[in-house]
Amino acid sequence: MADKILITGASGAMGRLLIKHFLGREPVIGLDRRPFMGRPMELEFHQVDLRKKKAENLFRRESIKAVYHLQIDHNLHGKETEHHQRNVRGTMKLLEYCERYKVPKLIFLSSCNVYGPNPMNPNFLSEDAPLGGAAGNPAMQSQIEAEMYVMTHLWKQPEMEVVILRPVHIVGPTVHNPVVRYLRMGRVPTLMGFDPMLQLIHEDDVVHALALAARPGIRGIYNVVGPGQVPLSVILKELGAGHIPIPHPIAMSLTRRLWEMGAFPFNAPELNFLRFVCNIDGARAARDLGFAPRYSLPETIRSIRGLRAA
Amino acid sequence: MGKPITSFISRSVQRRLDPEALKRLKNIRHNFNEYGYDPWGMHPDYLLRFALAIKPLYDKYFRVETYGLKNLPEGRVLLIANHSGQVPIDGVMIALALLFEADPPRFARAMVEYFAWQLPFVSTAFARLGQVIGTPENCRRLLDADETILVFPEGVNGISQPFNKRYQLQKFGTGFMRLALDTKTPIVPVAVIGCEEMVPGIGRLPVPKGLGIPYVPLTPTFPWLGPLGLIPLPAKVRLYFGEPMEFKGEPNDEDVIVERKVKRVRMRLQSMLNDGVKRREHVFW
Repeated sequence: MADKILITGASGAMGRLLIKHFLGREPVIGLDRRPFMGRPMELEFHQVDLRKKKAENLFRRESIKAVYHLQIDHNLHGKETEHHQRNVRGTMKLLEYCERYKVPKLIFLSSCNVYGPNPMNPNFLSEDAPLGGAAGNPAMQSQIEAEMYVMTHLWKQPEMEVVILRPVHIVGPTVHNPVVRYLRMGRVPTLMGFDPMLQLIHEDDVVHALALAARPGIRGIYNVVGPGQVPLSVILKELGAGHIPIPHPIAMSLTRRLWEMGAFPFNAPELNFLRFVCNIDGARAARDLGFAPRYSLPETIRSIRGLRAA
Repeated sequence: MGKPITSFISRSVQRRLDPEALKRLKNIRHNFNEYGYDPWGMHPDYLLRFALAIKPLYDKYFRVETYGLKNLPEGRVLLIANHSGQVPIDGVMIALALLFEADPPRFARAMVEYFAWQLPFVSTAFARLGQVIGTPENCRRLLDADETILVFPEGVNGISQPFNKRYQLQKFGTGFMRLALDTKTPIVPVAVIGCEEMVPGIGRLPVPKGLGIPYVPLTPTFPWLGPLGLIPLPAKVRLYFGEPMEFKGEPNDEDVIVERKVKRVRMRLQSMLNDGVKRREHVFW
């Protein structure tokens, strides 16, 4: 039986991209709570909750050489407890399986959001910066908590290679995260007088980094930075999008209101991303993983427009 | 980066620049990206527009004279200057001298208080002008990239000191010395003469703690005349750039050891200030 690669969150945008990368090269098992629409014929896919016995059975049955854990729920709408249960419990269970069935490699896809925007941030955060993302933004709590569990495994399991990747904001024609939704708004609300430097990375570059992380010997936490940073205004200009500057206090209360009504994809604390820097330093990934982005800055920005403009 | 710096400077700005200054600018090493921004958010066009707007003040109002710009060593450098005059004009004047008179031109960067980065427009302007959030990590990173850092080690106590204490250096922090030792950066003391007399301070107004406002000056005209009371008098400004000082040692030594080194910088700067004050014949010309 060949050693397989298991990917959680297979139905999500990053899951699909990663599967596309591996199909035909490596045997892959896809895993997701959600159904996989348009699943490739040759893909072995299981619609299963990580917390369920069925998930553990997979580990028992198969010989797995690497696990990609992409199933962190970033959709912050919905019940907070349920969200927490899925992210934290799901991750804990997965770690348990990996330990029990001696999976040699676990790669966890996190994000730069765990650091959180803050006026006291140095302009380029390194991997050992505090994870302040949940301060003022409780929705980040479960993500950070899940990451903490992965981190403890990183230190206490010498025989398992654990890799945590923290990429900057992922954009591209197929991803559908809040950043992309925000930038695709057409007429984009911004905070008057603030124009922070933002870092973006193309979805294909993230897949590239994920693939590099699988190499034997690689373990630890890596920031993954794309082709650089530009002010928000430059991104909007490159996209040909208009912007509506709103004074910050008004934007805060408006956003809170709209969020509560469920009419807006962001909550008020996330507005801090439009005020303060939350940029990271990717030197470690460049050195140890040999990672370098393949898409230039203009290409990365333009990819936000989606497939039609490609 | 491939593109020359001039491709990020608009025609109108290029026309207004002194041809010599433009030629010097063309030769500098830079790391602006495809859109003309450096990693910290600085943009040369924005910076030069601002500098050109201030230049009449520099040339005509304060009639800045510089001495010893040739002393600046190549590559990374920490400029240690006296802070004075209630409003931070000293920093702006040093920055303009480095931009228009130094060869090669340098972008002076200062570490700006957290407070300023929470203000709309101000935070954006600071970033475009190449100023950075005041954290030791930022400073170290800039020095590793061979940038020019301007530090006022007296901090708020220097700028807000009263008129009767003019040209007497306040206590220096040790942070800059530890960074210099760690990054092997030469220190150039910069004596600023003239800024003390622009806005003579009497004291500080009490401000409630917790607002993040570092200080509010009290002068013969402020706050009585409102913001107009802070308009600086046209004192003539002289900038003396001293010879580079190099230090060796452990950046993590105890305060006592580092303070000894700091004291040498402070004494050098104090004697430069004394000389500068002695040498000038009049405050206003």
